[in-house]
Amino acid sequence: MRVNAVDLGCCRGGRDVFAGVSFQLARGEALAVTGRNGAGKSSLLRIIGGFIRPAGGRLWLEGGDPELTIAEQAHYLGHQDAVKPSLSVAENLCFWTAFFGADAHKVEDALESVGLGAIAALPATYLSAGQRRRLSIARLLAVKRPIWLLDEPASTLDAAGRSRLTEFMQSHLAGGGLILAATHGALGLSGAQELSLDRPAQAPTADTQQPAEAAP
Amino acid sequence: MSGAMTPLTALLVRDMRIAVRVGGGALIGVLFFVVVVTLTPFAVGPDLALLKRIGPAILWLAALLASLLALDRLFASDHEDGTLDLILTGRAPLELVIAAKGLAHWLTTAVPLIVAAPLIGLLLDIEPPAQAGLVLTLLVGTPALTFIGIVGAAIAVTLRRGGLLLAIIVLPLTVPVLIFGVAAANAAVAGPVPFGTPFTVLCALTLASLVIGPFAAAAALRLDIE
Repeated sequence: MRVNAVDLGCCRGGRDVFAGVSFQLARGEALAVTGRNGAGKSSLLRIIGGFIRPAGGRLWLEGGDPELTIAEQAHYLGHQDAVKPSLSVAENLCFWTAFFGADAHKVEDALESVGLGAIAALPATYLSAGQRRRLSIARLLAVKRPIWLLDEPASTLDAAGRSRLTEFMQSHLAGGGLILAATHGALGLSGAQELSLDRPAQAPTADTQQPAEAAP
Repeated sequence: MSGAMTPLTALLVRDMRIAVRVGGGALIGVLFFVVVVTLTPFAVGPDLALLKRIGPAILWLAALLASLLALDRLFASDHEDGTLDLILTGRAPLELVIAAKGLAHWLTTAVPLIVAAPLIGLLLDIEPPAQAGLVLTLLVGTPALTFIGIVGAAIAVTLRRGGLLLAIIVLPLTVPVLIFGVAAANAAVAGPVPFGTPFTVLCALTLASLVIGPFAAAAALRLDIE
């Protein structure tokens, strides 16, 4: 399985956010998308997730299930955690596993892994921002999907949560998964490619493996 | 904990759970319905003949407005907390997802109202045999109100104060349902017009909205997400 993007462009609200973004990502590889605020990191992930249409360029998947779109084989972890406050922690996760057609028996293990096992019956309204993020991450563990689209995944996590997240990402890559993550900090993954969305004029020192070929 | 469920039953169960829990809004509709119908005799006065004549119309109007009450949150809350994005990455077709959400909304807001209708029909001097016909019109007609309403809910999803826009979009479209619903209910209560004619049209309106509603709402939602 390989995600290919050639010359992707993005236009939001009449403004060109980025253009000419190309990358290739194969099994077991991670791509860190970096850039200043407003550079289009989230937009790139949302284009790959199929939520918004690219203004130009091509995006396609080699291998994988030909019947399914990229989005249907991907987990999207966005800024919002999609946690319903009136449902319990376990009910929230059970819903997503059932909705994504996975077995419910992994729910307990997933909650244990992210450190929420002890409060599975607690209504989610009492969760902190970091705990809600952990609950979202549990979704990635309970339902197996090859592509992970992570938008600032560590933003609300504490140090222990970050190191666990790194472990989850490493084991996902080891199992042949793909990760695209928008991030300001380091992902903590060795061998991750970097894709900078900053235009060369604004970031002259940007030295990346596969730079964005932004037109001046 | 819920056992093995298909994506759509999982969504149905989740939406109903959220609706009946604190802040869910399932009871608001039926309370509004009861309050409006109860206030009518006080406003109109103790004229039983008049109440009987306008009773079906009052019940239908109250049902229409009550079913609109919680509708603006149907997609808006899912949009605000990111649930809608994840639903789009699911493998269930969006049209069926919307139909499941519509069904959950109907079960939690319209069904309590239909159950309450015979009881508060007494306040409008509607007698038991006629009540059966009235309840039947509500049972058949309210799904049309919900499934026309979800189109408006999908259009208004990204707007902060979508409720008013929703009413403006949806209410004109519900006029045919209201006309034939009240006509059938009047026929059941007062005669002499045959009950079957308006009731059949009401059934047709409901069937058409069940088919068209999810497709129109899905098209609107896909545009909204962008």
